[in-house]
Amino acid sequence: MSLVIHNLHARVSGGQEILRGLNLEIQKGSVHAIMGPNGSGKSTLSKVISGHPDYEVTSGEVLLDGVNVLAMEPDARARAGLFLAFQYPVEIPGVSNANFIRAALQARLKDGEELDAVDYYGDLYKEMDKLEIPRTFTSRSVNEGFSGGEKKRNEVLQMAMLKPAYAILDETDSGLDIDALKIVAAGVNALRSPSVGMLVITHYQRLLDYITPDVVHVLVGGRIVRSAGPELAYELESKGYDWIKDALTEDVHSEELAAV
Amino acid sequence: MPSRIPMLPGSSIPHFFMSDTFLHDAPTAPTTAPEWFVTAQRDAAKRFETLPMPSRRDEAWRFSNLKALDPLDFTQARPVVQELAKQLLADSIGFEASLATLVFANDRLIANHADAHLAAQGVIWLPLEEALRIHPELVQRHFMRSESAVGTPKLLAHHQASVRSGTFLYVPKGVRLSAPLQAVHWVAGSGQAVFPHTLIVAEEASAVTFVDWFKSSGEGRNMACGVNDLHVGPDAKVHYVSVQDWNRQTVAQQSNTTAVAHGGSAVHLGLHLGGVFARSESVSRLNGSGARSEMLAATVADGAQEFDQRTLQDHRSPDTWSDLLYKNALYDTAKTIVSGLIRVEPQAHHTDAYQKVRNLVLSAEAEANSLPGLEILADQVRCSHGATTGEINPEELFYMQARGISEKDAYRLITFGFLNEVLERLPEEALRKKLQETLRTRLQGH
Repeated sequence: MSLVIHNLHARVSGGQEILRGLNLEIQKGSVHAIMGPNGSGKSTLSKVISGHPDYEVTSGEVLLDGVNVLAMEPDARARAGLFLAFQYPVEIPGVSNANFIRAALQARLKDGEELDAVDYYGDLYKEMDKLEIPRTFTSRSVNEGFSGGEKKRNEVLQMAMLKPAYAILDETDSGLDIDALKIVAAGVNALRSPSVGMLVITHYQRLLDYITPDVVHVLVGGRIVRSAGPELAYELESKGYDWIKDALTEDVHSEELAAV
Repeated sequence: MPSRIPMLPGSSIPHFFMSDTFLHDAPTAPTTAPEWFVTAQRDAAKRFETLPMPSRRDEAWRFSNLKALDPLDFTQARPVVQELAKQLLADSIGFEASLATLVFANDRLIANHADAHLAAQGVIWLPLEEALRIHPELVQRHFMRSESAVGTPKLLAHHQASVRSGTFLYVPKGVRLSAPLQAVHWVAGSGQAVFPHTLIVAEEASAVTFVDWFKSSGEGRNMACGVNDLHVGPDAKVHYVSVQDWNRQTVAQQSNTTAVAHGGSAVHLGLHLGGVFARSESVSRLNGSGARSEMLAATVADGAQEFDQRTLQDHRSPDTWSDLLYKNALYDTAKTIVSGLIRVEPQAHHTDAYQKVRNLVLSAEAEANSLPGLEILADQVRCSHGATTGEINPEELFYMQARGISEKDAYRLITFGFLNEVLERLPEEALRKKLQETLRTRLQGH
């Protein structure tokens, strides 16, 4: 049981290719981290997997427990078990958080089935308490006027409520102070289980102090160029991304030499 | 379904208009209405007959569908049969926690239920015909005292000549009512014209919230030509809500004037859902210094519906404040017009006046017209007006889809949220929830 990304090529519709043959496999129960410099394709990867309409897949596949999700609408992907925690959660004026999450859960039920309101609020309050979210949050409009920390906590809350099989966390640390980061990371860690695979996308190693990954990948130029244990994150932190770019250039040179 | 609203004996309802056509000069039957009222009705009937219908060349009728509003297509509504009245009563839930409810069917009172404490506090809660009999001077001081500022005197005259019932609510000085009061207006049959009327007088430092529900029984094509006037006394607070839910054949014209004395505040919220052509005219007159008025409307327009909304924020005193937020969601070939004028008279210094119109267009064939206007004759004023027309934000849509919500459900939820921002401005939580439920029901199927 895994999320397999195979030879994925993608671009912004009509634009330059951003992902150029990306391969990755995330087993259930594992946490993978993707690190990479700006412009390496990190956010594109999360959007392509979740089906953002601005992106176009030119080749490759994304298999969720064997099922190719690329042919599915974004909502069908989500119901199949994918979850994307947004780097920039979207504000939806006039729609309360409680109604939003409720609609997402209702969408997972069969036609004619109704979500039990009492159970729902019971679950919601339990998860909110874990994330130190006050009760007034339920009646506020989705993400509207939220601080960076509140927005990210809301993403983790939604993940907790929707119980995905695979979750992609896109720069969940961006815009957080250290206290908010700790709360969010604790929330994510509480959701680690043998039944969920996670992909944590981040520019900085800082987040990985709090969410320890099983594997760290480095994304450069739309491809995974290095994969190793958590120690790779520290190496990147101390040496910077230039080190890996330089190493990569050398690889390309040696490939070219080998071809001669 | 049983109702807790008791039925009135039909025979006790007086009426002062007997003709069932609009030959207003037909002899009227004996009436319990005071002389001034009868005379005014006769004069209004003459005005109705002699005044011309407006034309689209008139500023207040630009883009409007005047053909839809031809009063001669309809005759004064006849009473409904007893059986139907019973059925309508059972369907007249409105807002459950209201302190008082009047129910009208084809302009006849069919029920009056009021909390006993109201009378003890000096509140006058009566159908208009009763108020005319018992408190003629009080009614006379406030009944249809303002000219048509954004409509036509012809239709106002039509209303005055034909009105036969409605709500009269008087809240004495210092009385602050804890829960809303309401009226339910039904129209039944076809080719019928009804003339719903609401007159609220709130004396100094009083507070009241009132809801008018407009509903149809059956699918007949009818006309409603209504008036609601709010008199907000010094430091008084009046919140008025109208839920226009006529059937999809009905032609409606509703004219509102809200007059606010010094230190008073008014909220006027319209939830516009029904009708084939519905025009609403709303005027806020800030008569005393420190007067405040919020003008709010949320409209769902689909099929071939047309909503024509005309407003005036009339600042006549210094330090007054008004804020208008009108939102329209348009589907199919629906059409909306919002024409709003802010007028600041020379003496009305330090006025704050805002006007915002937002259109959410969900179909390429829908048409949203916004006609904002400013007429500022004073100094040191803060005024802004803006109208925007847009589609669903694709990022909001994707965010919802990324949570598993289907495109169709996401569209509906975002549209609900768009209009709900207007409802959120109403402070009364339980009533707001009722309106949200009504809006949600209306959006089902989209």
